[in-house]
Amino acid sequence: MTIGWYLAVSAIVFSLGAVGVMTRRNPLVVLLCLELMLNGANLALIAFSRMWGNGDGQILALVVMTVAACEVCIGLGMIVAIYRRKLPIDVDELRELQG
Amino acid sequence: MSAVLFFIAAIGAITGAVGVVVLRNPFYSVLALVGHLVSLSVLFLLLRAEFVAAVQVVVYAGAVMVLYVFVVAYVGGEGERIGERLHGTASGTGAALRLGGAVLGGAVLVELLIALLGTGLEAVDSYGAGYSPGPRTYGTPAYIGKLLLTRFLLAFEVASFLLLIAAVGAVVLARRRGGLGEEDPDADRFTPLDLLRPPGSGTTAEGVGRRTG
Repeated sequence: MTIGWYLAVSAIVFSLGAVGVMTRRNPLVVLLCLELMLNGANLALIAFSRMWGNGDGQILALVVMTVAACEVCIGLGMIVAIYRRKLPIDVDELRELQG
Repeated sequence: MSAVLFFIAAIGAITGAVGVVVLRNPFYSVLALVGHLVSLSVLFLLLRAEFVAAVQVVVYAGAVMVLYVFVVAYVGGEGERIGERLHGTASGTGAALRLGGAVLGGAVLVELLIALLGTGLEAVDSYGAGYSPGPRTYGTPAYIGKLLLTRFLLAFEVASFLLLIAAVGAVVLARRRGGLGEEDPDADRFTPLDLLRPPGSGTTAEGVGRRTG
């Protein structure tokens, strides 16, 4: 398949993740949808890397995976802290940072 | 053959992504994401990124998703309650918000497709640069390792430092704070070590909220 097909799949996955971030209210699922968006970006990076026959895109994809792992780590830590304080696990009710 | 594999993997990846967004129970969302990640690693393999595909399965679908499953099991079935409330009391606004999110997502999709496929780059319609199989060729662990330790050494070190910061941050965020309740019968037991240790020296007992010494 040509590179364009892979890019189309990555665009679809990214926008599905964006829809999830905008519509879901459970922070766990919001984090999962963030993972989807990062994975869509990763697929585009690796497709472009293959397009040029150059490994730089793969290295950037590995760095993106590292950042995703850190984000999961901090996000899940925050969810556990929210749960311990008996606050509602719902992004619409946790609005203290909203100003 | 590769076209058939591409369509199977692409349909799997998109189905998994839809499942993450649509499914009510967060546990099933995590399982759908695991399916999505495995399909995506097949796509990576088709793009000759062998090492990244292996990392995707081992680290992402293995380790990170296990972390998710633990937290979902710990926090419990909040998904049904939230979904029920969204359908029940505020069904009108819920449906409107969902429709608005879908419309915005569709706009993002159209924009991305225009940006990615309408670039006029001729290589987008090609099958990629030349590739010849070999032990140290494009995408193998030897190739990635050489790049990571030569050209991208700084990025590699910064990434490892970022992981360290994230680990410390997660421990600080999720640690048990004082005043949460359960009294430990050993709390006021005095040991000889307490004489040697100044207060505030960062022991585990202080970390969970008890002052010693």
